[in-house]
Amino acid sequence: MTTIVKNGRFLDHDPLALSFKTLEDGKTDAALDLSSDVDPVEIWHRVRWAPALRIHFPSSADGRGFSIAQALRKAGYRGHLRAFGHVLADQYPLALRSGFDDVEISDELAARQPEHQWSDAYGRIQGGYLERLQAGVKRAA
Amino acid sequence: MTRKANHQVVTANHLLEGDAVWFTARQDWSRDIADAAVASHEEAAQALLNAASKQQDKVVGPYLAAAAIDANGNAAPAHFREAFRTRGPSNYFHGKQAAGA
Amino acid sequence: MYLYSQFDEDFVRNRVAQFRGQVAKRLDGSLIEDEFKPLRLMNGLYLQLHAYMLRVAIPYGSLDSAKMRQLAMIADRWDKGYGHFTTRQNIQFNWPKLNDVPDILDALADVGMHAIQTSGNTIRNVTADHFAGAADDEIEDPRLVAELLRQWSTDHPEFQSLPRKFKIAVTGSPNDRAVVKAHDIGLRMIRNESGEPGFEVIVGGGLGRSPFIGKTMREFLPKADLLPYLEAILHIYNLHGRRDNKYKARIKILLHEEGLAIIREQVEAAFARIRPQFQTPSDELVADIARYFRKPDLPPRGTGSFEGLIAANPAFRSFTETNVANHTNPDYGIVTISLKPIGGTPGDATSDQMRVVADVAQRYGHDEIRVSHEQNLILPHVAKADIPAVYAALREAGLATANVGLISDIIACPGMDYCALATARSIPIAQEISTRFDELKLENDIGPLKIKISGCINACGHHHVGHIGILGLDRAGVENYQITLGGDGTETMSLGERAGPGFSAEDLIPALERLINTYLDLRQSRDETFLQTYRRLGTGPFKAALYPQTTEQEAA
Repeated sequence: MTTIVKNGRFLDHDPLALSFKTLEDGKTDAALDLSSDVDPVEIWHRVRWAPALRIHFPSSADGRGFSIAQALRKAGYRGHLRAFGHVLADQYPLALRSGFDDVEISDELAARQPEHQWSDAYGRIQGGYLERLQAGVKRAA
Repeated sequence: MTRKANHQVVTANHLLEGDAVWFTARQDWSRDIADAAVASHEEAAQALLNAASKQQDKVVGPYLAAAAIDANGNAAPAHFREAFRTRGPSNYFHGKQAAGA
Repeated sequence: MYLYSQFDEDFVRNRVAQFRGQVAKRLDGSLIEDEFKPLRLMNGLYLQLHAYMLRVAIPYGSLDSAKMRQLAMIADRWDKGYGHFTTRQNIQFNWPKLNDVPDILDALADVGMHAIQTSGNTIRNVTADHFAGAADDEIEDPRLVAELLRQWSTDHPEFQSLPRKFKIAVTGSPNDRAVVKAHDIGLRMIRNESGEPGFEVIVGGGLGRSPFIGKTMREFLPKADLLPYLEAILHIYNLHGRRDNKYKARIKILLHEEGLAIIREQVEAAFARIRPQFQTPSDELVADIARYFRKPDLPPRGTGSFEGLIAANPAFRSFTETNVANHTNPDYGIVTISLKPIGGTPGDATSDQMRVVADVAQRYGHDEIRVSHEQNLILPHVAKADIPAVYAALREAGLATANVGLISDIIACPGMDYCALATARSIPIAQEISTRFDELKLENDIGPLKIKISGCINACGHHHVGHIGILGLDRAGVENYQITLGGDGTETMSLGERAGPGFSAEDLIPALERLINTYLDLRQSRDETFLQTYRRLGTGPFKAALYPQTTEQEAA
């Protein structure tokens, strides 16, 4: 079983209520599961209309999902992006800053890293260098 | 006298202190390799490693290292890397070699 | 010297608090070691043979006296009274305890320092020419670019779990003092035909077990495109770099296996997608950073007693010949403080020595200190009139060894005295070489010679680019040392060639003596350096010197 984390909270049910298909199923308008080794450029035409995409993180050390999310968002994907698998509370801000909407983790991980750790992490999504460089904010003297 | 055989010990680094520690027959950790439990065949070695690996709240990265048996019948390092781990660096008198001084 | 804004200060403090939480989570079981390890590494914390090791960033090698004094304080309070300056402009503390590390990080933040991304599979501390802002051959000060890159890469959400570490270096001069071709990305400042500043972008260099010289991905990249272009390179690398084998995970292998043309095409395509959406940092932000890198006002000072002392004092003359380089201002010099005392550990400084350097820099050096990739410290702006006083103060602290660029100015990784990955020791070899050639009183006669020692194939001691490289290995349970010849880490970069079978620790020093004596016999004049002689004659005579018996047998 899994736990959905949204806005720093554990949800008791999945608000999407979608069934995720694989790319191999051939549907282009269904919610889709994507493995971490997909090339976002190659799959773009097959995923662009999907209402939701769930990108797999096989290990917390595998950061490909962050780049896949970024590529899809830059290409103009407006559907729901979910990070699925081994994502740590400490990586939650990275996932949100990369364009994900929420995270789906195993109940085992949810037990080890309870909700307050995700709420704390949620409080750290502001204050990134990249956003500041891109915003070109004038700094106080 | 040191004799070489298929002896192995389980060693790791202490989680808080970071220094080298060895797994003992009492299923805890010692800073002295002489206290290490010695496995003399592969099955015993795996059993020792499995037991040690359950204590990741105390240590980091337990692994099996080849060992020798010294004149007192205690475990001793069999390889120069493991020997350094029982002493400390060679450029300063720091680490375990200084702890006994 | 770049000073933290409120933004930097808040960011670093939050990061310390986050790491404090991560340590607590490791201790209460919320994080298992496999999960904690990448997090501690991206905060600079290693676990080595005897203890934890904290690697602190010295961005683009720049320090001031306050920072240096704080490093000394940390060494005294939480370590064993010394620090080790590395080949990538970091300082390492070898003995911290896990529970003390958050406090150490807070103490670093007190002076605008951190240990963020000094390790782990992240974009590492960006390095730059240690003579930046002072060298007479400079096109532009590379530190402004390096600081922008520090900000861009720090906690970049996309690039915190790369396939492997990623190193970037910037040089602002045609003379490459930052080894840019041995980095994942090397940036060389150039101007195009119309005189606009930009970069040659060199990708895929690196030493390690498969050494490669970086290849040019873009001949000329306009300055304004730098961040989106680097973002494109990292994006392609993060998606396509190998994750099945850590020894094949660097971008150099991706480039080698896929080919430069294919990767370039992917990068350019990604760049075309990223560029239009990438807001370039505002002029105000850039100008605000730039003001910290203005050259200090250097009033005319004449040269005082400088020339007179050179004539009168041979030791001072020798110091100025090796340790003082030309400054853009003829009244000033760039002073290198050697951290290679004869018989000492390359790159180490005691807390007392750090304080002396801080005092000298504050009093005579416009409060600027640099760390070089050759593990020495630099005072970039010292009036020649003050160099005699600087020399005297340094000499008193054991910091005036006149050996910069000479045989005892050795680069050595920590090797098996500290490092968990090492296969042999490096430090004792460096100590023996420097002691032996000092006994022979040959150092100045031999002239410029770079010996670089690595204690394993990962090549942190850059042995591939040493004129003489030494690689320590474990051969059947005994330390064994392979020699490579003819490497060069500058703009004329070349990788050294393996000379032949390795030597035991005891046989290594005599072998090096034979090698050096052969060079002294064969050079055309005192002006011909070891590297030049080697390039003129090839490996033949040097191999014969290293392996006299084998050569005799072959001849028989």
